[in-house]
Amino acid sequence: MTKPNSKINLAVYWGAACGGCCVSILDVHEQLFDIVAAANLVFWPIALDIKYDDVRAMPDGHIDVTLFNGAIRNSENEEMATLLRKKSKLLVAYGSCSHMGGIPGLANFSNKEEIFQRVYHDSESTINKDKIRPVPKFEVAEGILELPVFYDSVRLLKEVVNVDYFMPGCPPQTERLVEVFMAIVSGAELPPAGSVIGAGDKAQCEECERKKTENKQITKFYRPWEIEDDGETCFLEQGVICMGPATRSGCGHRCITGNGQCRGCYGPCSDTIDPGAKMMSAIAGLVDSKDPEEIEQILNDIPDPAGTFYRFSLPSSIIRRSLS
Amino acid sequence: MEFKPKIVAFLCNWCSYTGADLAGTSRMKYQPNVRAIRVMCSGRIEPTFVLKAFKNGADGVLICGCHPGDCHYQEGNFRCMRRFQLLQNYISQMGINSTRLKLEWISASEGKQFAELVNSFTETIIELGPSKIKETVELLN
Repeated sequence: MTKPNSKINLAVYWGAACGGCCVSILDVHEQLFDIVAAANLVFWPIALDIKYDDVRAMPDGHIDVTLFNGAIRNSENEEMATLLRKKSKLLVAYGSCSHMGGIPGLANFSNKEEIFQRVYHDSESTINKDKIRPVPKFEVAEGILELPVFYDSVRLLKEVVNVDYFMPGCPPQTERLVEVFMAIVSGAELPPAGSVIGAGDKAQCEECERKKTENKQITKFYRPWEIEDDGETCFLEQGVICMGPATRSGCGHRCITGNGQCRGCYGPCSDTIDPGAKMMSAIAGLVDSKDPEEIEQILNDIPDPAGTFYRFSLPSSIIRRSLS
Repeated sequence: MEFKPKIVAFLCNWCSYTGADLAGTSRMKYQPNVRAIRVMCSGRIEPTFVLKAFKNGADGVLICGCHPGDCHYQEGNFRCMRRFQLLQNYISQMGINSTRLKLEWISASEGKQFAELVNSFTETIIELGPSKIKETVELLN
């Protein structure tokens, strides 16, 4: 895929995402000059006015690298993922949402009907007397208006199209992006397809600089605001749920060095199938009690265990969505 | 068609599997719905095992280990106890009836208790009906 002395074509697109991933690319600051020196930005809706039809008009494989951020929430996300797959040599799932479902993936606790009911009827700021809801097709005098179809569940990019690489993070650390980008443009040998790139494969805890003891013993869990963090002891030892044991390294411990616990946006190490299950294992090993009632009481202090352990990974987990 | 539940039972090598064996060698009759998986210790049963069993179509999952204090590895069953509690909280949140997952202590001499446990758990699962987890997960593909 190397093109000596020529620029590569780079595209960036978003599915169900907040836009933070696109902004994270701008966080390269002055290195943006290095990027535009090495790449033509052929499609990037947040920054450039290039239309869908321009992408459709490109020959297949015209784009060298597409960074696709965001999960698959509706038919527009799916259509663009399919289109960009066809037009790209390398498709990278960029960021937690396309990698594991991310925050939009938490919608898998509900279904389409529940979400529409809340958003278009029940929410405190909604006034919708005529009970109008979005419909995929609507006829007006000028013709038919179309909206994307909203799906019942959030899915991952890899469930819709074949993905070459996964770059985790919410958003991915900008330094990692520059490393990966430079590796691609320099023609360096890339890891096998399907790999996670721009991240380590050790648990956060292995590299975390906070003070840890061998035998952690937790008798009570706290929400972060309930304790005064001493700034140096392992969060778990202080009773605050930190996703470090079930999260891969590579982010540079941005949250932990900022005195916040890890929330798991980088996803699990490659040997872990289900990050939440891994976290449940880890937590169970730390609770210091042998009495069933006391154990129940201690563990019930963890509010919203599913949302905490699968904050960024619900659609990629084993159970994937709520059954109700 | 009559509902024949699929139940996956994780049995620890030292107590519960031996207990189940005793039920067999004593020629006790019990419901044939349980698929026994022997593990070295109930502490070996990762939450992933349980979730995978549900995902692959188990209507119920039974975990059996040595009685508290009797673990061959001293503390494995206490770990199991804590994982079980977390799993219960988690599956309830996912809309899975938490009675589909059961933890019980069976010693090597409790063949009769094992047979009774299998019968009563099978009965519970029949009352709950088939699990929809496999179907729901497959629909997403």
